[in-house]
Amino acid sequence: MLNLNEVFLTNEEIRRYSRHLLMPEVGLTGQKKLKAASVLIIGAGGLGSPAALYLAAAGVGRIGLVDFDVVDESNLQRQILHGTSWVGKPKLASAKARLLDLNPDITVETHETVLTSANALEILKDYDVIIDGTDNFPTRYLVNDACVFLGKPLVYGSIFRFEGQATVFDARVGPCYRCLYPEPPPPGLVPSCAEGGVFGVLPGVIGAIQATEAIKLIIGQGEPLIGRLLLYDALSMRFRELKLRKNPACPVCGENPTIRELIDYEAFCGVPIYEHEVRTEFDIAPRELKAMLERDGQGIVLLDVREPHEWEICRLEGALLIPLRELPERLHQLDPTREYVVYCKTGARSAQAARIMQAAGLRVRNLRGGINAWSREVDPSVPLY
Amino acid sequence: MAVQILIPTPLRVYTRGEKVVTVEAGTVGEALRALTERFPELRRHLFNEEGRLRSFVNLYLGDEDVRYLQGEETPIPDGQTLSIVPSIAGGGRWSSGRWITRR
Repeated sequence: MLNLNEVFLTNEEIRRYSRHLLMPEVGLTGQKKLKAASVLIIGAGGLGSPAALYLAAAGVGRIGLVDFDVVDESNLQRQILHGTSWVGKPKLASAKARLLDLNPDITVETHETVLTSANALEILKDYDVIIDGTDNFPTRYLVNDACVFLGKPLVYGSIFRFEGQATVFDARVGPCYRCLYPEPPPPGLVPSCAEGGVFGVLPGVIGAIQATEAIKLIIGQGEPLIGRLLLYDALSMRFRELKLRKNPACPVCGENPTIRELIDYEAFCGVPIYEHEVRTEFDIAPRELKAMLERDGQGIVLLDVREPHEWEICRLEGALLIPLRELPERLHQLDPTREYVVYCKTGARSAQAARIMQAAGLRVRNLRGGINAWSREVDPSVPLY
Repeated sequence: MAVQILIPTPLRVYTRGEKVVTVEAGTVGEALRALTERFPELRRHLFNEEGRLRSFVNLYLGDEDVRYLQGEETPIPDGQTLSIVPSIAGGGRWSSGRWITRR
């Protein structure tokens, strides 16, 4: 952080931040601290959007953003940094334009790259506070370890459907992410947002909590969310708080750390398999299925293992619906003399279904990439969702 | 005694959508056994091959991590709730599969 004696607010800035300056908890000193501060937000998506907007509005002098993606239509339901006119363009260009429009007095630094073990320390080291708004386990462990090594506070947030978690990790005074979760779940065990969906306002709530914590850390006010895991359930509209303790046996911040440098996080987490990348030995490509149906449409049964609310969006003609969660109990309804092709949205749930069916002695293939791949490669009249 | 177990969203597919499952149990271990007997699909999500609780699944009795109590031996006082808190990674990004860390 810069020396506060060398930080001044212009008359325009005093007008802009007057509602902060009126509160003794922020005041002129706090506002100068904000101006002198730097925050790095990893991911300009659902969590990063509200976090970046509030930090820019609050006058955080230097905001860094790490992302490499382009704005997609399906982002707009929750990623409020980006507008419709930016669809197809880089998220960081969109974010920078929006943040500087909101507050031209700040500096926005963009790091258009995938965060890796090779570049993480170099990128993170120049910032006072790090905000984790990523969407996958390898990057979360990478960011955690880098923050432990650099001695930086990490404002954590994560979301799934209607539920969110937030906390502040600072290994100098409290637990780190590995104290809470020493290991990631194996790939495929926990569905991602793409498969499970996410309530659009949820990242707004969690991202705003992350911005709140970052600002509190900078101005040194209030009680930081260190050592406490905040759980939020949007449907029941309840917040709960759990105690987090520093694990003395933590491999990275414990008494005898075994991890002293950044590691290969893909290997540590298992390759982060996303839905459309799921490959099984019984895969069938969409075009191959189309040819098969044209050859012998009678012999094959299409089995849809999605949920009924997804079935309402689109389906393959002639398919049978048995949601994955009901499949084990309904296996007896399937005919062992027929050949099945199972599908879901992107191929992950149907791969699980295919394994269950195979174990039960049924002949089964899995539509690779799911109905979305069918829409892209065979029949564009089927809506992509 | 009756114990309420709070099931987080990612695991509700294995409890037929139930958010709260009530079981009869005196300790954390007994509660988990009763839960996985009723919902066998949950077992592999909570326990590893050796039957030990998976390290990415955190269990809280009230607001305390059972790892810092007596683990599965922890007695459950009347009226306490057991919460399963799994790690979730979502950031509200659309998982494109390209956000992969490579050295």
